[in-house]
Amino acid sequence: MTRVTRFAGRDPGPAARVAGFIAHLRDNGLRLGVAEAETALSALNAVSATSPDQARRAMRAVCTGCKEEAETFDALFDSYWMDAGRVRQKVVPTPSNSISDDVHSSRDAKGSEASASGSATAPDGDDGAADSDGTGKLIATAARNLSRKDLRDLVRPEEIAEAEAVARRLGAALRDRRSRRRIAARKGDRLHFRKIIRHSLATGGEPLRLMRKKRPDRTRKIVALCDVSGSMSVYAQVFLAFLAGLLRADTAADAYLFHTRLVRITEALRDKDAMRAIGRMSLMADGFGGGSKIGPSLALFSDTYARRFVDGRSVVLILSDGYDTESPAIMDAALAKLKKRGCKIIWLNPLKGWVDYAPVAEGMAAALPHLDLFKAANTLDDLAALERELGAL
Amino acid sequence: MTWTELQTALGGEGYVASDDLAVALHLALTLGRPLLLEGAAGVGKTEVARTLAATREAQLIRLQCYEGLDASQAIYEWNYQRQLLSIRASAEDGQTGKAVEDRIFSREFLLERPLLAAITQDTPPVLLIDEIDRADEEFEAYLLEILSDYQISIPELGTITATSRPIVILTSNGTRDLSDALRRRCLYTYVAYPDRTTELAILKARCPEVEAHLAAQIVGFVQKLREEELEKTPGVAEMLDFAGALMGLGIADLTDDPATLQATLTTLLKTQTDQAQITPEVAGRIAGRAA
Repeated sequence: MTRVTRFAGRDPGPAARVAGFIAHLRDNGLRLGVAEAETALSALNAVSATSPDQARRAMRAVCTGCKEEAETFDALFDSYWMDAGRVRQKVVPTPSNSISDDVHSSRDAKGSEASASGSATAPDGDDGAADSDGTGKLIATAARNLSRKDLRDLVRPEEIAEAEAVARRLGAALRDRRSRRRIAARKGDRLHFRKIIRHSLATGGEPLRLMRKKRPDRTRKIVALCDVSGSMSVYAQVFLAFLAGLLRADTAADAYLFHTRLVRITEALRDKDAMRAIGRMSLMADGFGGGSKIGPSLALFSDTYARRFVDGRSVVLILSDGYDTESPAIMDAALAKLKKRGCKIIWLNPLKGWVDYAPVAEGMAAALPHLDLFKAANTLDDLAALERELGAL
Repeated sequence: MTWTELQTALGGEGYVASDDLAVALHLALTLGRPLLLEGAAGVGKTEVARTLAATREAQLIRLQCYEGLDASQAIYEWNYQRQLLSIRASAEDGQTGKAVEDRIFSREFLLERPLLAAITQDTPPVLLIDEIDRADEEFEAYLLEILSDYQISIPELGTITATSRPIVILTSNGTRDLSDALRRRCLYTYVAYPDRTTELAILKARCPEVEAHLAAQIVGFVQKLREEELEKTPGVAEMLDFAGALMGLGIADLTDDPATLQATLTTLLKTQTDQAQITPEVAGRIAGRAA
């Protein structure tokens, strides 16, 4: 037990230490309120709190809320309570500037220190872990472009606003009509018994007016994957603005960038300030304008993120020219696997707008059988024009 | 009851709980909080609730979530057909509207669904809300209301307050992110695949008739199989099925008969690609290493 932290003599007592610990967790990106401190104290009463092992387990049950948090918890617990005898100067939390406006790349979040700063600014917190499982399987490439490009040079705020409107319309077009729950509606396909009974009381139990209910429309979740390799850089401006707009318009949408690697940019793009969101995205997207490994990126996507975020109600939107440096077999397998999750796959290819374009690129040809819709798009207007066709899906 | 006693009690019912899980369950019981269990399919999340109910001799009320689950399926519903009949009958008896209304909106005409049933028991039951991630966000909101106040308002009847607080266990396979509000209400434990010794203990508890040598082989085989890149990793339930299949076929050693081993793999591998990937040679190699 020599590693247990010795707290300073002027420390006001266990309650303050626990409050300090909760503040420590909060600084490190766990979302905890005042109520958790209270629960943590009563939890410690319920076990023998002097045993570090039991205290750790009790606090973990109270303070964590998902797998990623549970995994980081041990390190955070050690750093606060098992500080190898170093004296803690201060355990009472001070209201610090935890909502700092600095831009951090959460992709670099490896050590606990870096992850701390990364998630403190991330509004939704769990991007650190989500990204690291993407970076865990990085595909190295000679063609990786190491120069960082600031995407803020490419995208203007007005475009984002415009794209937001387009994305809203697309989202509305992608209604799914498969809800199993029914709501009251004038022209429904089934009787709404609860309402009928209610109204029939007024007519002495005679159901004169028949109320109906129908299946309401459901929105589909849009998952966008944008290719930002060198061959796509001319179109990047439009597509990135579209992604930024999409995530601002639709709170359920999900976005990824890929070139030689795959990066989840959803959390970054959710930043309240549109330009800062683009800034955060460009930090995450280093290698922008480099080579393209579409197949492996899609394979990685369908093995990892798709398992969590793609279901039968999703529409996967791939924005790419289909020029893949890898074997088309990988692309074929990846899309087949993705398709098995029950989603619709839409591929928007900027080159398709060209006269005489044929999908002769091997990768593109391999992808074609799996696609629900294969369309041209290289301007925002093109994207807006998709509205009608998406409705037909 | 301390958490170790709880762990022993669960063990008595044939459930081997890890220390983490036992502490979390103990806290859920003493603090009266719902417990959210997350983990891959087949690690024994649902079984926890069943065993807990058995050790406390409480009733287990189970609500299986699915997409489109709504209040009328989860909380309560009026028995409309009976109400209609009753209205017609009372019209012939010449009863007034007020009397009819009072009668048809009484508890007699209320169909209790799991959530309402759980809070109107005399003794605290174990309420298992299974696969909460399959239900949609709207349902999560209903659930939050009930989990925070333990009361249900029915417009026609008034508020029904809990006569006993159920022990609530939620399970999730993580196919969707749950809302923060729900996570905050609950204690949380991630149930991982058991390690070799724990899994061996589970096998001994569930199938005591398996010999020690074969048991070690079975567990070793399944543990190794989990390291392969499979679409669907076999869980504890599959491991028990596998053991059951081997017992039924009277096999004493995994490495004896590759053909039979391959045949019993149907209990472990549940997709076509997985079955294609684990060829007899691969299975034989894994069995050899596990021995």
